[in-house]
Amino acid sequence: MKMLQLLTGVVLATTLFVSGCKPKDSDIKANIETALKADPMMTSTMVDVNDGVATINGECKDDACKAMCEKTVAGVKGVKSVVNNCKVAAPVAAPAAAPASVTTMLDDATKQKVMDGLKDIKGVTVEFEGEKAVLSGEVTKVDRMKIMQMMASAKVQTDVSKLMDKK
Amino acid sequence: MALQTKYAELLQAANTLGVAGLAVAEKDNTLHISGTAKSTADYDNLWALYNKIDPNMASGDLMMNIDVKAEAGARLKVTTDSTNLNIRSQPSTEASVVGKAAHNEIVTLVEKTDDSWWKIRTTNGEEGYAYAQYLSPE
Repeated sequence: MKMLQLLTGVVLATTLFVSGCKPKDSDIKANIETALKADPMMTSTMVDVNDGVATINGECKDDACKAMCEKTVAGVKGVKSVVNNCKVAAPVAAPAAAPASVTTMLDDATKQKVMDGLKDIKGVTVEFEGEKAVLSGEVTKVDRMKIMQMMASAKVQTDVSKLMDKK
Repeated sequence: MALQTKYAELLQAANTLGVAGLAVAEKDNTLHISGTAKSTADYDNLWALYNKIDPNMASGDLMMNIDVKAEAGARLKVTTDSTNLNIRSQPSTEASVVGKAAHNEIVTLVEKTDDSWWKIRTTNGEEGYAYAQYLSPE
């Protein structure tokens, strides 16, 4: 019986001793990495643990991501405190929208603008075919430039194959 | 992408000149470019380049919807050939003429009503709409 009591005591003491021991830094690190991997936004972050102090390095998408990362790390067992050195990535400039002329329709108001613009330019006539303005006649180089600029301002596709140079 | 290659020099120039809000898209064999040039000189340079790359701008494969930066109150030069520029009560040539601005006269921009018509004011205080094609920001 005495032997059994002694053994029990040893087992109990060992259990108490082991569970009372603080987790190893390497185990904490492994646990943190597992926690972070669960979130695909945080894959570019790295963590080092030293005496229970977790230091986060790497890059986060934004401030919210950085705060979330810190919270996740702080929640891992054994982490005493967190040093958040995570850098927030520079915002990626949104690509400019496509030029408006891509989707412009040749409506009556636009046709009127074209007529208004061509009114003062001699020797040119316009017909509208589908979504295009077909120009014909003879114009000077200066007037041709004006016409093209005006058509571009009105966002109208132009067919100038019948527009000749004035001799 | 073929058209972006054809007009590469033009796109490069637009970037170099700092055209604001530069947008480029290719659709149905037409290259669409839009943005706001810093000055009339930049605008003229870009159009000259277009005319150089595509002689006489004959291919009809480029829609260069570039305007020139001009805020309300900007000085605009009347760039008609030699005639007076009509100032109208509404943005249409159907509307009545309420004033005239002389060739090379400087007027003030009140608002960019749309791409084709701008509201302007002359030094005499005449106010109304004029065709934007004949107005160049100073």
